[in-house]
Amino acid sequence: MDRSIIISGFGGQGVLFAGSLLCHAAVIEGLHTTWIPSYGAEMRGGAANCSVHISDDEVSSPIVNMSDVVFALNLLSEQKFEHRVKPGGLFLINTSLVKIEPQRDDIEYLNIPLNDIASEKNHPAFINVMAVGAYVQKTGILKLESLKLALEELTTEKRRHLLPYNIASLDYGAEFVKNSMKV
Amino acid sequence: MLETGRKVLFKGNEAIAQAAVNAGCMCYFGYPITPQSEIGEYMSAKLPEMGRTFIPAESELASISMLIGAGTTGTKAMTSSSSCGIALMQEGLSAMVCAEVPGVIVSVMRGGPGLGNIAPAQGDYFQAVKGGGNGDYKVIVLAPSTVQESVDLTYRAFYLALKYRNPVILLADGILGQMMEPVEFKKYPYEDVDTSSWALSGAKNREPRFLVSLHMLDGEMEAITRRLFKKYDEIAKNETTYEEYMTEDADIVITAFGTVARVAKAAVKRARQNGIKAGLFRPVTLFPFPDKALHETAKRAKIVLDVEMNMGQMLLDVRSAVFGAAPVEFFGKPGGALITFEDIYDAIMKADKEIAQGGRV
Amino acid sequence: MEALVYEKPKCLKKDGAFTFCPGCGHGVVLRIIAELIDEYKLQENTIAISSVGCSIFLEKFFDLDVAGASHGRSPCVATGIKRSLPDKFIFTYQGDGDAATIGFNETIHTACRGEKITTICINNTTFGMTGGQASATTLVGQVTKTTPKGRKAELTGYPLHAAEIVANCDGAAYVARVAICSPKHIREAKKAIRKAFEMQIKGLGYSFVEVLAACPTNWGLSPVESMNLIKDNIEKVHHIGVFKDITSGEEK
Repeated sequence: MDRSIIISGFGGQGVLFAGSLLCHAAVIEGLHTTWIPSYGAEMRGGAANCSVHISDDEVSSPIVNMSDVVFALNLLSEQKFEHRVKPGGLFLINTSLVKIEPQRDDIEYLNIPLNDIASEKNHPAFINVMAVGAYVQKTGILKLESLKLALEELTTEKRRHLLPYNIASLDYGAEFVKNSMKV
Repeated sequence: MLETGRKVLFKGNEAIAQAAVNAGCMCYFGYPITPQSEIGEYMSAKLPEMGRTFIPAESELASISMLIGAGTTGTKAMTSSSSCGIALMQEGLSAMVCAEVPGVIVSVMRGGPGLGNIAPAQGDYFQAVKGGGNGDYKVIVLAPSTVQESVDLTYRAFYLALKYRNPVILLADGILGQMMEPVEFKKYPYEDVDTSSWALSGAKNREPRFLVSLHMLDGEMEAITRRLFKKYDEIAKNETTYEEYMTEDADIVITAFGTVARVAKAAVKRARQNGIKAGLFRPVTLFPFPDKALHETAKRAKIVLDVEMNMGQMLLDVRSAVFGAAPVEFFGKPGGALITFEDIYDAIMKADKEIAQGGRV
Repeated sequence: MEALVYEKPKCLKKDGAFTFCPGCGHGVVLRIIAELIDEYKLQENTIAISSVGCSIFLEKFFDLDVAGASHGRSPCVATGIKRSLPDKFIFTYQGDGDAATIGFNETIHTACRGEKITTICINNTTFGMTGGQASATTLVGQVTKTTPKGRKAELTGYPLHAAEIVANCDGAAYVARVAICSPKHIREAKKAIRKAFEMQIKGLGYSFVEVLAACPTNWGLSPVESMNLIKDNIEKVHHIGVFKDITSGEEK
């Protein structure tokens, strides 16, 4: 098993954190993993992305041209990365912010209205963590428990009060996928 | 001191910085430049609270000169920079080799020439291994290919610098600096080197000492240079390090260092799955270059394929090591363009075809 | 009346005669430094930084530990040493071509950091060792190897006033400009260098003494004419005086 995942969105949507969350959970499960942010000129332009690998063998290049999985949390990311999903790969789209028709028929789309789900809650909910929850529920690549452990490890003292909401966000993403699969 | 006892996720640049802290680095001097600025940031947070020195230097000229100052006292010290910043340090590197002053320099390569870009690259192999400074001199160059190895080789860099009283460059690139990867921090494994016979400390109860790089007497500079080259022979004998992966029966031997080597390893694995006898020869020390080992491996091969993120720099050392034992091909991309798995796999397939057609021997 | 006997300072090498040209200011200043090192008993505790220029051969004259620095980088080398060994006495000995020209950036930043080291900068308004080319401090009108018709402000600008600029750096504790052109001047120079040493010994910050000194060989003048040139011309442009003393008012 070797999965490459690109997570892309606005600066501030927490895409780098989402990637590092997956990465930490992978370490907890004893898997090989890498994470690398977009530190190039694009970072200066407001859009951010990171590339993650989760594998049961050594990871060769942490950066890929074509990725198994892409999370597009905003429109710019959808447009930039739709053609960089490998055939047969998975494209997770935040449909709250991306309102355009899919262009490809050789990849699978996972449409989630992340911001809409978040705003329905009466407490803070985080779309980056929700996206991770949804992806993990969909593919089973990691255990939800490992992600929750990773969240605990990653949460600094200063942000400790947000931990329950982060854990809840993971569940919201997972639940969305569970429910849509039932239909 | 950080000893993790298990693998933890660390960003390459920060892992190098923490390894330096573990190695006993007492002083860090640096000027920010992408893609390695996290090293200085990390040091600025760690060193002062440990009673050690962090100085945000006014330039790389200043950083390397401060490194020289600390080095003359036998103090473990480090600076770090990237491509165009390392260019400014060449004056100091040449001077410290001449005066036999130890020090660790981390070079996290980006695209060049000029200001270039901030993408990962390997265009500074010449800069590190051949040197842009003046005169006959050598710097020990260590090239990690994983974050774990960045930590282990940072430890080794401090040890070698003091052991041989010579600057050591840890040569990484933007990928290694920016990526996170699981890494285990162990205790600094080397013994402390006794510097009391040469370090400056004030001439108390002993003859005064001077560590300078100007030697104007007749024949003095020649004698010193010859002595330095004896030292390099010693370094080559003791410290040459490389990794070989499936080269025992390989027809196609890829040579690659750093980040490219890990991509090459994956391509070799795929090639083997498809019945192609490929292997990887990865120099870990770029100086001293593992020329004898590569020559032996090349004797068994039908093609040596050198792959680098530049237009062919290590290639010169590869050719001189192979020395006719096999034809040497090259695949490279300059200017911060990434070399992908597909690139290397295609190059292997091309080499395989050439062998099938009788090669170019 | 007590006899005044001049002995060779202890920290100078017994067989290390100065090798400077007749009338050169270096020998006088190095002797002052040597006398003060003896007086403050610093010999076993000092690391000197030699720079590039006629100032370079410290290890040939002094029985002191010496570290060499490349062109202009002496304050940085000194910084690395001082931060490694904070209890040692560290001074850089530089010329104007070194400290005020190629290395002025380093000088200023070292001053701003308040690095607890001392710089003695010999200003003879020329690159002495390379044969008398114009430096940053060369006077307008001054003839040098690279201003053969005299420095023209419209072509190469105006002289840099190192001491005044260094004095403006908050980390500088003591900054003065003195001259080596008469016995009285030399006594004043020693006073300033003593003060600069004390600043470091007390850990108060960076101290910088610029010393106007003659380079008869490159000026093409006799030693006496050179002394007069300092008094009559150079002092009029590079004014002598104390530009910064954070202890002034404390004692008199």
